[in-house]
Amino acid sequence: MKRRIPQELWFVIGGLVLFGALFVAEKTLNRYLLHILILMGIYSIATVSLNLTNGYTGLFSLGHAAFMAIGAYTSTLLTFPVPLREAYDLPRLPWFLGGPDAAWSFFPALLAGGVLASCAALLIGAPVLRLRGHYLSVASLGFMVIVVTFAKTLKGITRGPMGISAIPLYTNVYWTFLWLFITMYVVWRIVNSRFGRALMALREDETAAQVLGIYPMKYKLFAFVVGAFFAGVAGGLYAHLTKAIRPFEFSFTLTFQIVVMLIVGCMGTMSGPVVGAVLLLALRYALKPLEEHLKLYGLIELIYALLLIVVMLWKPEGLVGRKRVSVRGHQERKEEGEWARFSTPR
Amino acid sequence: MFSLSYFLQQSMNGIILGCIYALLALGMTVVYGILRLINFAHGALITLGAFFMYFVFFRLGLPFVAALFLVLGFGGVMGLVLDLVAYRKLRGGPEVALLITSLGFYTFIENFTKLIVSPQPYAFKTPEFLATLYRTPYLTFRTVDVFIILSSLLIMLAFHFFVKRTKLGIAMRATAENLEVANLMGIEVNRVISVAFVLGSAIAAFTGFLWGAKYGQISYDMGFLTGVKAFVAVVVGGVGSIPGAMLGGFVLGLAEILSIAFLPTRFAEYRDGIVFAILVLVLLIRPSGIMGIREEVRV
Repeated sequence: MKRRIPQELWFVIGGLVLFGALFVAEKTLNRYLLHILILMGIYSIATVSLNLTNGYTGLFSLGHAAFMAIGAYTSTLLTFPVPLREAYDLPRLPWFLGGPDAAWSFFPALLAGGVLASCAALLIGAPVLRLRGHYLSVASLGFMVIVVTFAKTLKGITRGPMGISAIPLYTNVYWTFLWLFITMYVVWRIVNSRFGRALMALREDETAAQVLGIYPMKYKLFAFVVGAFFAGVAGGLYAHLTKAIRPFEFSFTLTFQIVVMLIVGCMGTMSGPVVGAVLLLALRYALKPLEEHLKLYGLIELIYALLLIVVMLWKPEGLVGRKRVSVRGHQERKEEGEWARFSTPR
Repeated sequence: MFSLSYFLQQSMNGIILGCIYALLALGMTVVYGILRLINFAHGALITLGAFFMYFVFFRLGLPFVAALFLVLGFGGVMGLVLDLVAYRKLRGGPEVALLITSLGFYTFIENFTKLIVSPQPYAFKTPEFLATLYRTPYLTFRTVDVFIILSSLLIMLAFHFFVKRTKLGIAMRATAENLEVANLMGIEVNRVISVAFVLGSAIAAFTGFLWGAKYGQISYDMGFLTGVKAFVAVVVGGVGSIPGAMLGGFVLGLAEILSIAFLPTRFAEYRDGIVFAILVLVLLIRPSGIMGIREEVRV
């Protein structure tokens, strides 16, 4: 108990400093820079939550954009102003959600988006997480394709490919960073608990963890569902920032961006994902004028991909990470020299 | 409406799509069998192959056979480059590093194509001697359909023969069985893996041409879903089994085409969703696939 109190205190101090800085930022920055700042916060939430599965648990999910889509569409449908619903072909809310004349306020709508994303994670995770290997990567990618397909085809609810516009602008710096704060706190608490250590044990060696009495399914599913919840919230924040969402925004490109942010930052650390998200978004907005000026569309993605490859080949521990000495880590490979190159773990 | 000829026609379309998936699944299953790598970059080679064929055959006007061999060679070289530049360095590290790197390569190649070629799709004309139309009472088909089926069968047979009979093929199977033991038996594991990448990539590039010739359109992002679906075919057929991968390809192709052919038209948009629903079903009911062997975990 004694050791925990100072750490909690750091969160309080950090939070106070953060919100002080945000207050200053909101008063001084212009709207464009503020927009970028909020986006950095939203992407950080997404990256931190992806870190829970991909970094700490060692499950490589590629479906994060799908959970963001679910969160975005759910919260939008709940908060959309009642008088505009008719004009935008959006259904009114059924009785159990408050009746036809109701629109939810922002916070509960975000929560609902997160919860629905979690339910979807439970549904897809239950069959897929039982398997070993990287089936999850392909299955979660497939799940993303299915979600985008539904967003395109359920025209009565989502307005199909043209998407929903005129979403009320609710997201501001405070909401975003409050949620980032909550996300980081929750992830931190999970990681520094018995539960988190079980997740990391599964990542290092599933069989050994099972021998120690850790039932993999339960822990993996938990990490997947919690990650999906915050991805859903991030999606909701995103929708209420850009004020328009279309199905194709939530496809592979978005997932890829978040994955790159996580890897370039560092998987399996607290600060890595935030560093990655902030740096790569800064890079994106620094390069955007160049891309538009030269009409080289795809340049930013190209640089992201190049960064990913470079980091994987030369600094696999990411920008903030330290070299991990693990059983199968790169350290050992170097020590063992030629031979270890052939030992492919199964 | 659902007459016999309609059924036959759609089945033929399904088989052709199945051929394409099966060819791609071949390369993917060999690489997955040895390295446990879902090679996303495999999809990018379809795109590269298709565009390479477009420029060599239509723009430069080389003879068809020469162009085909150039495409095969180009694909093989690309596979070798990917292996030498990246994958070889990462062997022995965490498995996920390979997966992430292949994802990076896919996106790199996709956006590279988008930058230097065009974000717009290209029209890919079927070469004239493949465009002749035949009508029979039950089936209408073009020469290109026959070409795809025959060339796919030929490649699959050749590949099967290679894996079963040649020394290198046997070495490849041994490596997939157990990499370390194969290495101890004096097999040059790295060379075997390179050969697997070269063969798979050459076939993928060739498949890119088949895709363009059949569907008449190529674009910078055509490889992504096709590549992922090819991996779904690998899982459906049974991971690690080469005949399984081919079978999985045909099952997936037929299921995709027949489901959109016989469901009401408004379901056509669910085409990609259906493929992945099949994946989830297979993972639920028979995770080892149709012809796969249950993976045992030994400590």
